[in-house]
Amino acid sequence: MKNNVGAFIVGLLFALGLGISGMTDPQKVLGFLDLFGAWDPSLAFVMLGAVGLHLISYRLIRRRQTPLFSAQWEVPPNSPLTPSLIAGAVIFGVGWGLAGYCPGPGITALASFELRPFVFVAGMILGMLVFKWVNLRFKFRR
Amino acid sequence: MNSAWWNALAGGGLIGLAVSLMLLWNGRVTGISGIFYGLFTRNPRERDWRLSFILGLIFGGIALRLFAPQSFGPAGLAPDGLVFAAGLLVGFGTVLGSGCTSGHGICGISRLSPRSLVATGAFMGAGILTVALLRSLGAIP
Repeated sequence: MKNNVGAFIVGLLFALGLGISGMTDPQKVLGFLDLFGAWDPSLAFVMLGAVGLHLISYRLIRRRQTPLFSAQWEVPPNSPLTPSLIAGAVIFGVGWGLAGYCPGPGITALASFELRPFVFVAGMILGMLVFKWVNLRFKFRR
Repeated sequence: MNSAWWNALAGGGLIGLAVSLMLLWNGRVTGISGIFYGLFTRNPRERDWRLSFILGLIFGGIALRLFAPQSFGPAGLAPDGLVFAAGLLVGFGTVLGSGCTSGHGICGISRLSPRSLVATGAFMGAGILTVALLRSLGAIP
């Protein structure tokens, strides 16, 4: 129960952070990616703020034996680099550059009740299901 | 620094706080593509916290809509077919690449994970090249 309430609060804060920073406006995101055109560098400060804080908080929090509401840590191990990682990131980047949505802002923008985020999230769900199906056959080493 | 930069820094700080609380409370990385994909794959016991997180995102979105509706930007600039194709690529790519902007770009880089540093460079580079290509095709005014 505490896990679920915690996750809800994290989602809420995350969405507010996305909105305040400008990440939920696809035009602004595309302006950030438009390095060779009308570049708008402001969104670089989102990463600066988030990573700047979490670089420190990550180390402080991991000094604990366990998390507060859970018996063990579920942080991904440092696995080796794989072709899948790079191919997947490139495919994701192309999609990000086409519409200006990554998963968090796309889901958050559903609350705008405009058509565009619904179209995006529907495509994203289908893309994930296609992956699940293809992975049954090819068993990607991610 | 102009106000857009301050807003981005403040919003980023709030995101940093959110991912820190996820780690402190639930011991997890806030990777949104992974959390969302888990809704379609994991066992039902794993489903509740994921759904709670997604609901939190949407409730946050509703608060933005009520108090700052301009956060979502001007409506409908890209054609629906292109937005759908973008969603397909984002869905497939983030699962194949084990993460998105939040999981690799924020949580992974904060852990100094080599995989996340490479992935972030790859998706940023691909996004920049895609926008440059759209611009050279005349799709961006």
